[in-house]
Amino acid sequence: MSYPEFLAEYGGRYIDGALITAAQFILAAALAIVMALIMGLLKLSSNPIAKGVAVVYIEFFRGTSLLVQLFWLFYVLPLFGLTFDKFTTGFVAVGLNLGAYGAELVRGAIQSVPKGQWEASYALSMSPAAQMRRIILPQAFVAMLPPWGNLIIELLKGTALVALIAVSDLMFEARQINGSTYLSAQAFGTALIIYYIFARFLITPFMRWLERVMARRLGRG
Amino acid sequence: MQWSWEFTYEIMPRMLWATLNTLMAAGIGYAIAVVLGLVLALAQRTPYRGLTLVVREVVEFIRSTPLVLQIFFVYYVGPQYGLNLSPWVAGMIAIGLHYASYLSEVYRGGIESVAKGQWEACTALNMTPMKTYFRVIIPQALPPSVAGMGNYLVGIVKDTPMLSVIGVAELMHAANAIGGQNYRYLEPYTIVGVVFLMISLPSAGLIRAFEAWVRRKLGMR
Amino acid sequence: MEDMSQYPLELTGADVPMVRFMNVTKRYGALTVLDDLSLDVAEGEMVTIIGPSGSGKTTVLRMLMTLETINGGVIYVDGKPLTHMPKNGVLVPADAKYLRRARSSIGMCFQHFNLFPHMTALQNCMEGPVQVLGLSKREARERSEELLEMVGMIDKKDQHPSRLSGGQQQRVAIARALAMRPKVMLFDEVTSALDPEVIGEVTNVIRRLVSEHNLTMLMVTHQMGFARDISDRICFFYGGKIEEQGPPDDLFGNPRRDRTKQFLSAVKEAD
Repeated sequence: MSYPEFLAEYGGRYIDGALITAAQFILAAALAIVMALIMGLLKLSSNPIAKGVAVVYIEFFRGTSLLVQLFWLFYVLPLFGLTFDKFTTGFVAVGLNLGAYGAELVRGAIQSVPKGQWEASYALSMSPAAQMRRIILPQAFVAMLPPWGNLIIELLKGTALVALIAVSDLMFEARQINGSTYLSAQAFGTALIIYYIFARFLITPFMRWLERVMARRLGRG
Repeated sequence: MQWSWEFTYEIMPRMLWATLNTLMAAGIGYAIAVVLGLVLALAQRTPYRGLTLVVREVVEFIRSTPLVLQIFFVYYVGPQYGLNLSPWVAGMIAIGLHYASYLSEVYRGGIESVAKGQWEACTALNMTPMKTYFRVIIPQALPPSVAGMGNYLVGIVKDTPMLSVIGVAELMHAANAIGGQNYRYLEPYTIVGVVFLMISLPSAGLIRAFEAWVRRKLGMR
Repeated sequence: MEDMSQYPLELTGADVPMVRFMNVTKRYGALTVLDDLSLDVAEGEMVTIIGPSGSGKTTVLRMLMTLETINGGVIYVDGKPLTHMPKNGVLVPADAKYLRRARSSIGMCFQHFNLFPHMTALQNCMEGPVQVLGLSKREARERSEELLEMVGMIDKKDQHPSRLSGGQQQRVAIARALAMRPKVMLFDEVTSALDPEVIGEVTNVIRRLVSEHNLTMLMVTHQMGFARDISDRICFFYGGKIEEQGPPDDLFGNPRRDRTKQFLSAVKEAD
């Protein structure tokens, strides 16, 4: 079977898989961003309980492997009566895991904002919430965008693991096609190329664009 | 569902053996990555523009596609062309290559952090490019690379569970097998998580200490 | 394309200069840094280059050290082409191998010392002799210790650069360059990064070199008094050309060109 014939035969299934991967990616990214913001801010809190929650979350999800977390959520949680469908389990595991890495980026970026900015906004009698929201976060956001670009690529790669709990994403389709055709180079190679296109020609340009837009907003463009 | 200590004790020897395999897999994979990463980094600094561009793109490709898919690819594509790789060999190639691409970026950053004057001093002393790299540039690129190298060492340990998909008998593989045989997933998966946590929790401190030691050893600061 | 047949494959005759710049041009994109420069430095001569920033004076030294390529002309060292090599009876741009051989007679000290931070003072000095010249460790150590003694740094030979002051680092850097036994030494603003109180310890080392050794030297500096004291000749650069040159007393005492006068009076005012 030539490669064009292979694509004609199985292209539709790759597209289906890619759409599932895209959905997993977007949902996991949204969850990761929310978790990163909440936990990153909590870690900077002076309240020991709030800080403790963040530390435990970050260390736990960074310290145990994503695949372990995914299997734990999928196989162990139902034993305690908590059952989610596999699609939800998939993006929740990926989002929680990468959110822990993101939380450290949020914390680091906030701490990188010069102390003078806090003092200046304090001198304007802004409330702490307003200081954070109006002055600190916008600057921290620009500082953390480049590392977030790498993290988002890691997140995309992480979604491939959901195939192992039978979510029919891109990698799942590749394995199925490999299993029925034994054309491994074509089956896995096509999936690799699609992931690469996602990462290099969709996500990375988008992040670069976001960096430019945010830098311009801060008058640094 | 209750945690069973009895079952935990029963499976512990098997889990510990598997932990050794996990550490061995990570160690071999990392050794490949450390050397190959340097090759990939130096190849991007040769004056041959074509080579530089190709290596750059290969590194980008490996970095932005899922490791688990690469593991499948390496394992299954060989037999299609008459080359049978054992799970261990295929796994080590895949994970070593994946982390080589990460480490090449770490090295690149380290090399770029060496002041331009150091290169000029080497020219003024008439050193060959080889001697320049190995006696002057790489030793100085080391301290700024140690943190990144350490993080990826922990990273490779946490990524070894993916090797279970092709049957490398590491921790995750053992946990899957035990879970399947006994219909008890709580204990084995939890033990896997705890083992990874025990490896990764002290790592940040150890990496910092090692970095300080390297700097002292080289007489820098 | 430049006609390369005008350049001899080798300089011959009774008074071959140690260094000859022949119609040398250096451009960065559209900007011409050095314009058709011709300059000879005789063996044992100490030539100091002065001039406003951006006049191309540092570029002269960097081209001679082959840290910069040139866009026109040829540089000769000790009668042999440095930037070019003979091929089929004409000069063609030198390849890496030829450059390495050709530049072995040149040593250089930099504004920011550029000592290797992971090596002690002694190791810095021994690195070139052992790794490049192939000397034994023992020979290299003897040579290096002698030179460290000369620059007054023998007490600190086992210190890493981070433990040394700027003046001390620069003295080690001079010893390191001399350990290669160069015929031509280049000093590129070696006192510019130093605190005022330690400039003297570096200039004193250079004074000793001038009086006790028959080295050919090219120096770029802002220390006018120092330049006047020790140089055989001063070249005043302006806009990528030599505006005026001559013995120090003539150039400082009786400058002929307006730009030289302006520059010297501006420098004097700043002092």
